[in-house]
Amino acid sequence: MQFFSEKKVYDFMRMRFGAYAITGFLVLACIWLLFDRGLQYGIDFSGGTLIQMKYEEKAPIPQIREKLELGGDFQNLSVTEFGSDDEITIRFLGSNDNINENISDTISELLKDTGHFEIRRVDVVGPKVGDELKNKGFMAISVSLIAILIYIALRFEWRFAMAAILTTMHDVLITLGAISLLKIDVNLDTLAAVLTVLGYSLNDTVIIFDRIREGVKTSKKSDLAPIINESVSATLSRTVLTSGLTLATVVILYFFGGSMIEGFSLAMIVGIIAGTLSSIFVASPALLWFNFKIDHYRQKELDKIKRKQEAAKQRALYEKGSI
Amino acid sequence: MTDKKITYKFWVFALVLIFGVAFSLPSFLQSEKGKKINLGLDLQGGLYMLLGVDNEEAVKSKIKSIASALNYEINKQNIIIDELKISDTSIDFRLFDNLDVEKINAVLKEIQGLEIKNENMHYSIALSAAETKATYDYALLQAVETIRNRLDEFGLAEPTVAKQGDDKILVELAGIKTQEDEQIAKERITKAAHLQLMEVDEARMPMAQTLSQASAAAYGDVILADAKNENIKYALKAIPVLDGSTLTDARVAFSQDQNTPIINFTLNSQGARIFADYTEKNVGKRLAIVLDNKVYSAPRINERIGGGSGQISGNFTPNEARDVAVALRSGALIAPVKLLEQRSIGPSLGSDSIEKSMIALIGASIAIVVFMMIYYGIAGIFANLALVVNILVVVAVMALFGATLTLPGMAGLVLTVGMAVDANVIINERIRELLREGKSIRQSVADGYKHAMSAIIDSNITSLVTAIALYTYGTGAVKGFAVTTGIGIVVSMITAIWGTHAMFDLFMAKMMKSANTRLWFGYRRKI
Repeated sequence: MQFFSEKKVYDFMRMRFGAYAITGFLVLACIWLLFDRGLQYGIDFSGGTLIQMKYEEKAPIPQIREKLELGGDFQNLSVTEFGSDDEITIRFLGSNDNINENISDTISELLKDTGHFEIRRVDVVGPKVGDELKNKGFMAISVSLIAILIYIALRFEWRFAMAAILTTMHDVLITLGAISLLKIDVNLDTLAAVLTVLGYSLNDTVIIFDRIREGVKTSKKSDLAPIINESVSATLSRTVLTSGLTLATVVILYFFGGSMIEGFSLAMIVGIIAGTLSSIFVASPALLWFNFKIDHYRQKELDKIKRKQEAAKQRALYEKGSI
Repeated sequence: MTDKKITYKFWVFALVLIFGVAFSLPSFLQSEKGKKINLGLDLQGGLYMLLGVDNEEAVKSKIKSIASALNYEINKQNIIIDELKISDTSIDFRLFDNLDVEKINAVLKEIQGLEIKNENMHYSIALSAAETKATYDYALLQAVETIRNRLDEFGLAEPTVAKQGDDKILVELAGIKTQEDEQIAKERITKAAHLQLMEVDEARMPMAQTLSQASAAAYGDVILADAKNENIKYALKAIPVLDGSTLTDARVAFSQDQNTPIINFTLNSQGARIFADYTEKNVGKRLAIVLDNKVYSAPRINERIGGGSGQISGNFTPNEARDVAVALRSGALIAPVKLLEQRSIGPSLGSDSIEKSMIALIGASIAIVVFMMIYYGIAGIFANLALVVNILVVVAVMALFGATLTLPGMAGLVLTVGMAVDANVIINERIRELLREGKSIRQSVADGYKHAMSAIIDSNITSLVTAIALYTYGTGAVKGFAVTTGIGIVVSMITAIWGTHAMFDLFMAKMMKSANTRLWFGYRRKI
């Protein structure tokens, strides 16, 4: 079984202006979303309280809200259905940093007339912890980006590294835009999703870049665009297969993984689609953009091989005792 | 002899397979024997707490206990000073007599880690920078140790108490099932249990109700409230006669007259000596028994109390008394801890999560396995075998290293499954390409692996770099995710590259003979 015709080379580079237009629009839309609507930080980052409750029957949300509003002083209170209509989450911001009070008792007491329920989960996060998590998350992303930038620059060339980072940032931006648009809570799980998208997108890009590098070394063409087309076409069936399988996994996670990881998997779905497309339509054209010089690269590789051979020769002479 | 080739790759893969099966089995069977994978609290239910240690308090308390010791020596050696005064970070006093200089220097020399300023017999003593740092570190370690002791007395199965960063402690209690248990555990853990015996300043007592904390400090006093009635205030000498660091034991007993619970405590020899000396010299005065800055009682000293034991009475309920005794005997927290973060997950939610993520994991695996088989034929079966071994080894490694499997970790495992096949997809695509070019099967397999290698290694290393960064800077969920993906990537290098290669080698003779590329690689060679 196979998906793509064998020898066909698709002209991806001719499509790049169209791709630029679409990507540009999407990126601008995401930036606008992030500025206009922003991200909805979950209590992991903003500090506050989240309580998850399961009722034996349909949860009377309006009644719950009313009881809580009357009974206590909760800032930014929100009561929402969670997964099914008998399960709800109650969320409010932490008003002070004293979180020692037994909040589940308070809630049980306030809501005792609303039906039979079980408190399944209580999360209370102080504001200081949230700030620290935010900083650490930011650090994790920055450090991994820098480390990867260095690795790719060493293994490939700095233009490849720049293109890869540009692509990754594009994917992260699109994912964040989707998180904002779909109103997914930004918590530790969502952060993990964004970081996975980052890793996945790089993975995809690196594999295509590897093929382009190989093409540059072996092809006799002196123009980059046809080499890119050949390389992307050659890796196309791998790209589609792997992305398809990963996507299938995450879709299964979304439908069967339960509401706890719904946000996580939704963010991943968007990220994987963005990551796959961008490795073809953003990363590769970006090499043209950064003015990658084939002859120069070939000369450098040639020099490298020459130096290696020279060193081997010297060693051989040395071992023979000629030096 | 056939052309069956058993290479070193085969042996490595076989070893990995045996390792994976052997050490993942206890986790899958949930048997008691052997090391099992730890389930995170989100998967089994329980209480998670992040506590902040108040370092500054540790320094304050250290200053206080140095002041107590100094005060004792000064009285004992009849060194004449104006009043000893303490602030949060320093001790101040002035000598009157030149002859005492040597005596006081000898006393100060005995105490380590001080920074002493002396201007015209005006002494100002603070902790040195190194000692301050050491005090911070000690406070954290001591708190971890103390909380562990207290939880041991609580009888919980497997409490985790670990320090996090410079001033935080992570506590995980898997055995907590009810809200009452949760409440008791929280109270026990966060109770400072800081016992102090303090002299009542009789001269200032009449003004205690109205005196502000600042003006009391000017007299070298503090104002503390009664444990039962906030409105009753005591004026006490700020430098305690004794503090809890000399305590060796505390037990619940019942008073004879009212049959109410009291706590008997025992002091070590140094504490007993100071206690005896003090009570001998101060008969008729009142001594306040202060626990966590609340006055429990202030009995009048009737006679010298030798033997180094005393009691705290104060209308305890039996449960309260038991908790206080546990806290006292397992040690006071030098620095109080504050709850920064608390998460509790009910057991029913935990099992729901396990069930759902298992369904997702198995579902995704089946989808991939079936697809690979259809798409790549026998080569797909090889890849599937490598994939299964990969999952087993990840579980085995996590069990051996005591890593914790969390919900995001499960998601990471599901994702590893998706990405682990990538290497085999790359390899198989390369093999097909070479077959298309008309190379022999043997040549195609050998070169396919060679050509695919740089792409696989580069992509795996970039993924590994991200996983390491996540592990280093991440906390909780992110860390759990990084662990499973990180181990998955490393293991897949062996299983997906060597394992499948070994299987190709093993069947090479058969493949060459049949030459049915459709069967072996899911691709019909057009000739």
